[in-house]
Amino acid sequence: MKNGKRLKARKISQLLELYPFLTTFFEDNLINIEGKADLTISELLSTIDEDELEDKALDVEKLTTNISDYIDQMIEFLGEDGNNGVAKLTILPGRNKTGEDENFDPIEINKSEIISIVGPTGSGKSRLLADIEWTAQEDTPTMRKILINDELPDKKWRFSSSNKLVAQLSQNMNFVMDLTVKEFLELHAKSRMVEEEQSVIDKIINEANKLAGEKFDPDTPVTSLSGGQSRALMIADTAILSSSPIVLIDEIENAGIDRKKALQLLVGEEKIVLMATHDPLLALMGDKRIVINNGGIKKLIKTSDEEKDILSGLEKMDSVVQGMRKKLRYGELLSSEDLMKENKNA
Amino acid sequence: MNLVTFSGPPSSGKTSVILKTIKALKERGLKVGVVKFDALSTDDDILYEKAGVPVRKGLSGALCPDHYFVSNIEEVVEWGKGEGLDLLITESAGLCNRCSPYIKEIKAICVLDNLSGINTPKKIGPMLKMADIAIITKGDIVSQAEREVFASRVNMVNPGAIVMHVNGLNGQGAFELSTLLYEKEEKIDSLKGKKLRFSMPAALCSYCLGETRIGESYQMGNVRKIDMNGKGQK
Repeated sequence: MKNGKRLKARKISQLLELYPFLTTFFEDNLINIEGKADLTISELLSTIDEDELEDKALDVEKLTTNISDYIDQMIEFLGEDGNNGVAKLTILPGRNKTGEDENFDPIEINKSEIISIVGPTGSGKSRLLADIEWTAQEDTPTMRKILINDELPDKKWRFSSSNKLVAQLSQNMNFVMDLTVKEFLELHAKSRMVEEEQSVIDKIINEANKLAGEKFDPDTPVTSLSGGQSRALMIADTAILSSSPIVLIDEIENAGIDRKKALQLLVGEEKIVLMATHDPLLALMGDKRIVINNGGIKKLIKTSDEEKDILSGLEKMDSVVQGMRKKLRYGELLSSEDLMKENKNA
Repeated sequence: MNLVTFSGPPSSGKTSVILKTIKALKERGLKVGVVKFDALSTDDDILYEKAGVPVRKGLSGALCPDHYFVSNIEEVVEWGKGEGLDLLITESAGLCNRCSPYIKEIKAICVLDNLSGINTPKKIGPMLKMADIAIITKGDIVSQAEREVFASRVNMVNPGAIVMHVNGLNGQGAFELSTLLYEKEEKIDSLKGKKLRFSMPAALCSYCLGETRIGESYQMGNVRKIDMNGKGQK
């Protein structure tokens, strides 16, 4: 309630000018401010009569604290740069499922780095990601410790709704809102309170279209996008509009999307990318990979030069497949020559 | 004993979240029991039993489930003490989106799900606005953008609450939630004299008393009419 005193004297009109986001706040809290611009907050709240308070289930005292809390939170949120200043993430060892100490040197991950995470199902990949998301301080089952920028993490990473450390992209995600691409992005941009909304939206659509095999129009309903287009939009939106500095990817399906470009887009926006995958093409795109077994981090492998060569071979193979996919889409016949041909525009 | 009240709209994932959270609490050696409130029927008690959680259920039948909750909460606390619980969780039916059987000084948690739509937070009354922790479920099936928008809407109607994402199926986030539920120093002995955080909706019209016939002459007591042409109509 840092603002408590300052807020008291101000009129609604002045507050709205200073904090435009309050318009939606009043709306969502069912408070009518029409014709009440000259009142202060407490005067405004006192104009609501008993019946209305009862009907709308409002509590004046709680609302007063909420307004002030909300303004504090938004000021803090707006004052931060896009990435919330996470330049480096450090994982310190804890122990595995059987209680043995993990034996690795602190793992340092810098922004714009891609880290793959490998290990069989149930080996503890999710727990590692959860430790990062919760900024574990030897207080989770693994006893691991997470540092941000070499320091103990701020509490906000655990508890603030607008400062989540990790954004997630996974295989089974869908859009469930009945909106067009443009409306959808507007909504997200509004909730993030970005300036220059239109240019951000254009940028996202443009980037998404670069990732998707087939382009889509801003007026397409998000629920009518193909699987590839949906994933492309989700990735572009997460890269550009999400507040979270770390992006966790749980496999990216091959179909209809350029995965290399997708990763480049994410790291280009200075995200840290963590990727749980066993797809060699993706895993080798990582700078390093974390190997997990029995709930513990077994080792950290740096992608070797030989593996990088393998990666470029894999990319050629992938491009051949993409080329065939494209021909099929447009009703062409495949020939054995296609096996040798790389798809130049894929 | 600690006491925590869970509520949230039907099918938002309350039981799954509680079950996954209890699992994490049990690993710390805590004894947790649940009292499930519902209206007509519930099988959730079987789920708790299967998980080895001491459970009782209360069906409100023809009464408002939240009124029923307040009238019975003291007996519920007595039961929990008798069972020797470290933590007693009550799970509400959460039917009308207005009520919340939250009690002052007793931790209150509201469970919502991402699929319910972004306008849901503002439609929910004290059940969300008066909660200490808002849990958002089903995040694994919607996009990152939708999760962010939904969370921001929740934050707007209750900026003071901790907003957490918990996945009731795989338990992601449940351990983290469990760390917020139990405090060793806290001892709830009786609720006598404590107060609800918000009053329940006023009722008592002829239909509350069993009237079934339709028509103005049968309507008595606390009755209100829609203003078909008034403010707030399009």
